[in-house]
Amino acid sequence: MSILSRITNVFRRDVSRDIDEEFEGHIADAIEHGRDPAEARRAFGSPLQLREQSRDLRLLPWLDSLRADAVFGMRQLLKRKVTSLAAILSLGLAIGACTAAFRLIDALLLRPLPVAGASRLYMLYRQGIGFDGKPQTFDGWAYPSFELMRAAVKDQADLLAVSYAEQVDVTYRSDQEMEKVYLQYVSGRMFPDFELRPALGRLLSERDDISPGAHPYAVLSYDYWARRFDRNPNVLGQTFHMGERIYQIVGVGPAAFTGTETGTVTDVFVPTMMHPGAIRNDQTWHRSLALLKPGVAVEPVRANLHATSRAFELDRAKGFTGMTKQSIEHFIDQTLMLAPAASGASGIQQEFRRSLIALGVLVALVLLIACANVANLMTAQAAARAREMALRVAIGAGRWRLVQLVLVESAWLAFLAASLGGIFAWWAAPFVVGRINPPDNPARLPLPADFRVLAFGLALTLAVTFLFGLAPALRASAVRPASALKGGSDPHARRRLMHALVGVQVAFCFLVIFIAGLFAATFDRLSHREFGFAPDRVLTLDTVAQHAQPSVFWDQVTDHLRTVPGVESVALAGWPLLTPNGWNGFVSVNGAPPGPVLAYFLSVSPGWVEAMRTPLIEGADFRPADTASGGAIVNETFVRQYFNGASPLGQAFAKGRSRYHVIGVARDAPYRSLREPILPVAYVPFPTAIRTATFIVRTSSANPLALASTLRQEIPRARPEFRVSNIRTQADLVRAQTVRERLLAMLALFFAAVALLLATIGLYGVLDYSVLQRRREIGIRMAIGAQASDIARRITREVFAMVMVGAIAGLALGLASVRYIETLLYRVNATGPAMLLPPLLVILAAAFLAALPAVFRAVRIDPVASLRAD
Amino acid sequence: MPKTDSLQGSLDLLVLKILSRRPRLHGYAIMTAIQEISEEILRVEEGSLYPALHRMEEAGWIRAEWVIKESGRRARAYELTTAGRKQLSAEEVRWQAVTSAVGRVLRMA
Repeated sequence: MSILSRITNVFRRDVSRDIDEEFEGHIADAIEHGRDPAEARRAFGSPLQLREQSRDLRLLPWLDSLRADAVFGMRQLLKRKVTSLAAILSLGLAIGACTAAFRLIDALLLRPLPVAGASRLYMLYRQGIGFDGKPQTFDGWAYPSFELMRAAVKDQADLLAVSYAEQVDVTYRSDQEMEKVYLQYVSGRMFPDFELRPALGRLLSERDDISPGAHPYAVLSYDYWARRFDRNPNVLGQTFHMGERIYQIVGVGPAAFTGTETGTVTDVFVPTMMHPGAIRNDQTWHRSLALLKPGVAVEPVRANLHATSRAFELDRAKGFTGMTKQSIEHFIDQTLMLAPAASGASGIQQEFRRSLIALGVLVALVLLIACANVANLMTAQAAARAREMALRVAIGAGRWRLVQLVLVESAWLAFLAASLGGIFAWWAAPFVVGRINPPDNPARLPLPADFRVLAFGLALTLAVTFLFGLAPALRASAVRPASALKGGSDPHARRRLMHALVGVQVAFCFLVIFIAGLFAATFDRLSHREFGFAPDRVLTLDTVAQHAQPSVFWDQVTDHLRTVPGVESVALAGWPLLTPNGWNGFVSVNGAPPGPVLAYFLSVSPGWVEAMRTPLIEGADFRPADTASGGAIVNETFVRQYFNGASPLGQAFAKGRSRYHVIGVARDAPYRSLREPILPVAYVPFPTAIRTATFIVRTSSANPLALASTLRQEIPRARPEFRVSNIRTQADLVRAQTVRERLLAMLALFFAAVALLLATIGLYGVLDYSVLQRRREIGIRMAIGAQASDIARRITREVFAMVMVGAIAGLALGLASVRYIETLLYRVNATGPAMLLPPLLVILAAAFLAALPAVFRAVRIDPVASLRAD
Repeated sequence: MPKTDSLQGSLDLLVLKILSRRPRLHGYAIMTAIQEISEEILRVEEGSLYPALHRMEEAGWIRAEWVIKESGRRARAYELTTAGRKQLSAEEVRWQAVTSAVGRVLRMA
């Protein structure tokens, strides 16, 4: 009989019946042959024992006992519906949150790209002192430098250039039907190197890496092809406009490959040679990936790349002007490093690595709290079942069998919770991904629910089972029948375990609340900081023309927009504030050599300070004459940095060959990020002709987006050369800056609430149990005249001591953990009482609340009844 | 396979041999057959017959199926499998070796 039939026999009810029938047949035969029935039965022996023997042969005894325990365990759970449900819900939420966190961390940071040799893929970056004098790393490269490096290591590694995935405007038909796509310029040989096969047509290859501007071919990602073209094979040969060029679609990539920038799904790949900066020394516009050949050591390749890159920059630095000697030295002294890039390389990874790990730790803590809860529940249950266990031992059950009995019950809880958690994780992970970026531009991350996730969930479930089940199981199996059946086992041992778990719960709970408080405070400070401008009611319209247009045309559009009803004021800027754009340079004041600190610039038209509502502290806005003669409005930090705080009106400064004189001082305003310190900024006039700029429109209605479509149409009506490529509100740009903080604060607060709830329930359970267990003692005490307050103190003393111990441990943990999350905080004094006290108070209040029902129950015990019971 | 002592080994051998001559016997018939052929010298202990049958069934030497007897009752009839035939010849060889060895000892000692 095969192992399979033995397994199926475990679940057949009629195995025993078959055996019995055969035995009965034997006896019947014996009687038929004239034997005495009693004698025949005696000769046959004990049918029950024989049946057991045969049963064990026919099926797997261990599986059979497991089945029996599973059935019994389920009955136990069903007997106590409410507590089981509470345990399953809390565990399920915790397991689900952990699984969701794992899915995110796995998808963003761990999962290898679906390409050949992902484990041999590295990203090149430089580490050194930045222009601001602080340590920094930078992963951008100029193509000519990349070419030299590629040649230098061609025997050990293939170097691939991949640009930062960017949203660009493309048109398939007329100019007015512009669409946004995520585009990446990539080395053609990336596709053969990664051993990717086209789903349709051809992919790019080395032949597309030859001469600048000569390879206008595009490969669509499978995802984009499915979304935009509904998998229509006729896309091959179709063309689209991007900027001033026409590209031809030559193929569609494989379904699994979404680009190397994890967190962004690339729509269109075009050759690096088509990038406008392809041959420029001074434009760092792409990442460089190194695919090491099998068996090649990393360090020699790195050293070789470093030497090549340094030689290139040394050569280039000879042409640097307008920089201090020290800045140039720092620039040359950078070290080239290789970082493993098996899971791709993206800014989202860098920005969210720490946040996700912090969240992962938080949910793991919540899981531990939930486990402690269930462990306490099981321990209390084990106490109630001590006699049952003792009876089992007395009639011959082995210790291991009892451990199995209790563990199987725990496993039921864990698996039911895990299925619930699975559903939760299935929903929660995409929910969080959808909130990683601003709503109009969400991060996209494939989140396959494959064997990695399944294996994690399974391992987690097993770990959880042992975590909360093992201690109660061992304790249950260690029962001494003689004493337990007499009703006199040691009750304190059990309570000690429960109290220790309460301490652990409180410590973790404190930590979770403390960290959630830090994140919430960070979000609060960030979103309530001084802006230096009024973001409400401002619409920003990124506008482009095919070719650079004279400023007169731009002014015409500005004037036209001012006549649109609902528009209060209009101005032009190079780009909106709080976008990643930046333009900087070293400034020399009054003819002196350039200073060591970078200044930032933004082109603005007259009226910009009014449209943004940026207060002017001194001077006035541009007059038409100022724009021609190089007037500039600078911010307060600029004044402090370059004019030692003295009034700069009329003073001159220069950036390279451009000269400016200060006509006004504006209030400090964040330039590209809310988180960085205010930069020294100069607002300067536009050059004579430009191709792209942003109209800043202040509307009179509270919802500026209501005007969006009108303005989109009015701009080409004023001048047909222009079209709008993107419309955003300034308020959305501000919100986009706090997306990570909002997400962290929201999730951390949620888990803090869950942790607190679980810890409170746990505390309540332990107190309630101890009152139940000690009711005889309490009865006696009351009978001999103990006061209610005395009883209450006795009941709560130990537990409150544990709460305090736990809180202090949590405090220590919190202080120790601060340095790991410091980079995620903003203007929060993490170790100050303002951050440490509230979690403590919250926990004490919760403990007090949890103790109330148990205390009431204790003081209302009727001595007579309690002593008579049992 | 569990180690078989000589007595159990001989029970296995007898059962296999009987089944090789007369297929599809049920437990009681196997028992009586052994007793008849051995002229009442070998008596099968009834209690150990069924565990032996079930063990051999589990080992794949014999297989069983339910048949309806003339009396109308169901009975579990056993028959030899190919593996059982191989086992039978191996057991026979072993038995010959053991008995001849015992015979030698009896003669020589």
